Amino acid sequence: MSGDHHHHHDHDHDGQEIPSATALRVKALESLLVEKGLVDPAAVDAIVDAYETKIGPRNGARVVAKAWTDPAYKARLMQDASAAIAEIGFMGSERPHMIVVENTPTTHNLVVCTLCSCYPWLVLGLPPVWYKSTAYRSRAVIDPRGVLADFGLTLGDDIAVRVWDSTAETRYLVLPERPAGTEGMDEDALAAIVTRDSMVGVAKVAAP
Amino acid sequence: MNGVHDLGGMHGFGPVRPETNEPVFHAPWEGRVIGIRRLMGAWLGNNIDAGRHAIERLPPADYLRFSYYEKWFQSLIHQLVDSGKIAPEELATGRKAPDAPVATPPVTVATVGAYIAPTGSYQRDTGANPRYAPGATVRARNIHPEGHTRLPRYVRGHVGTIERDHGAHVLPDTHAHGAGEAPETLYTVRFTARELWGEARNEGDAVYLDLWESYLDPA
Repeated sequence: MSGDHHHHHDHDHDGQEIPSATALRVKALESLLVEKGLVDPAAVDAIVDAYETKIGPRNGARVVAKAWTDPAYKARLMQDASAAIAEIGFMGSERPHMIVVENTPTTHNLVVCTLCSCYPWLVLGLPPVWYKSTAYRSRAVIDPRGVLADFGLTLGDDIAVRVWDSTAETRYLVLPERPAGTEGMDEDALAAIVTRDSMVGVAKVAAP
Repeated sequence: MNGVHDLGGMHGFGPVRPETNEPVFHAPWEGRVIGIRRLMGAWLGNNIDAGRHAIERLPPADYLRFSYYEKWFQSLIHQLVDSGKIAPEELATGRKAPDAPVATPPVTVATVGAYIAPTGSYQRDTGANPRYAPGATVRARNIHPEGHTRLPRYVRGHVGTIERDHGAHVLPDTHAHGAGEAPETLYTVRFTARELWGEARNEGDAVYLDLWESYLDPA
């Protein structure tokens, strides 16, 4: 199983996809682990399903929308993010060490993990490929304004850029600015406009 | 270790290229790798630091060439063989060795909830007094351990300010090597962009890192 690696899928003459070498190797390892009684394949299914259907940036968006509409909740969130996020329910009994950093008219926050790909899974789901890329991990700390420009966001010199390099088991969530023109929107409507990228700090939230 | 994983501040990797409407997984095997890795954590001590160090120890060219899930897959194989959970001949044949025992999976659908995401607290109540108070000036130590560390090269030797005290946390430098949790006070430390990258940087810009007490000296 120690062959070469292919990122792409090959195609046969009928146009049907042939599994990549990596896919075959993963399947072989899973079969071996199941045969040895080390892994229950139904538990693997459950983990895959959780990431595909339950855990994702909608969770973080609910936190942001509640912070925008409930000042007392926002105060608790900034004081003890782990407890305030657990209030909403989807963290269950788990309490990762969460920190929320707030964007303001004079401060913009950006989250990275230069050493690996630490990311607040429970509120944002699995990280996108760009977050895990060498380009992002290398540049976010030395040239955050250039990285933001790659996302189409240009910030003036009067705005301080704070980069949070996730080097420990603390996990950072950006509280983006509530956009102008959303004063009449309720919490659910606001949650629907909060994007994953805005909670990592590579974008602002736009009014609908 | 001064590995290729320690990417902060390096040049040459090109622009960041976000993908429109990115799927959760780009191929089904990626999800299987996450699931297998999470579940095998139960056999490997659920040691997130050892898992990270296994990834860092991939050959540098492989580290840069592999996708995220390929890194996870290959480093997991190394961990499984090194720990004796699978034998090299089993890896080669893909079949259980005839004389190898059959275990009972410790994690089932009923108990998988706790294994979905890497959670749990790494904070420990040691009662130790923190050496630094918020506002204190510190210098990141100029150390180059060959083992696992979470002190990136780009801050070593640089002066920063203690921003926040997170209490005592498990020290990755020992924990990754099975040498105990050795909890120490963890601090968020603020380094100005000018301190790290020179005077051409914007005056108000800064980088914040979470650093353990033994990574720091008074300055």
